[in-house]
Amino acid sequence: MIRIFSIISLCLVGIIFFYVAEDMPDLGDPNNPTNIHVSPRYIEKSMEETGTPNMVTAVLASYRGYDTLGETTVIFTAAMAAILLFQKWGK
Amino acid sequence: MKKTTKKQTESIVIRTMSRIMIPFIQLFGLYVIIHGEASPGGGFQGGVILGTSIILLAIVFDLREAERRMPWKVITAFMCVGLLIYSGIGLLDLLSGGAYLEYTKLPLPLPAHEISALSILFVEIGIGITVMAVIILLFYYLVGDQNAS
Repeated sequence: MIRIFSIISLCLVGIIFFYVAEDMPDLGDPNNPTNIHVSPRYIEKSMEETGTPNMVTAVLASYRGYDTLGETTVIFTAAMAAILLFQKWGK
Repeated sequence: MKKTTKKQTESIVIRTMSRIMIPFIQLFGLYVIIHGEASPGGGFQGGVILGTSIILLAIVFDLREAERRMPWKVITAFMCVGLLIYSGIGLLDLLSGGAYLEYTKLPLPLPAHEISALSILFVEIGIGITVMAVIILLFYYLVGDQNAS
């Protein structure tokens, strides 16, 4: 009984996914929202605004500086958690 | 010093080759960090490469040798210093009148985009130091004997 219900619900979710996938923008279309919002700014201005020829580094370290700071903090916090767990405290 | 008493686990070929390779691995890691702003690479990747050189040392020789080259205190200090470099650059930008991590407001006698490129270089160095230290520290914890010492 549970098996039949799970198969039916899987089919329903699959139908919903296929229905929604029709509305997605085409892959590689230059008029996609992802391609017309900030990407042209990065491609055209990153050299003169950040001075780095590598666009990925410009986005990573300058435009998305907060994000990279957060990633570094996450790694730092992981190491701190390891120290807190495994260090022998007080002899 | 204790080379005569220490039990060598790997063959002499592996020990000699890794002794030759480790400086070049470290050099390549520094290259990836420093050239991260001009070519593919960056702080995370270069830091991992630098960390693997010490991990190779710990695998081929033993953990004591790696701990002698890279002690725990140094690792912990590196971990904090790398993050401090990054957030310190942000704080310097804040103190010199810009927003946090707005690189172009630093009072240096350079064009704005070159100040930005210089700041990005230091940011990458900070990330690299932190990632290297964390990789080595996690490896020490993974292979270390917690009941000893």
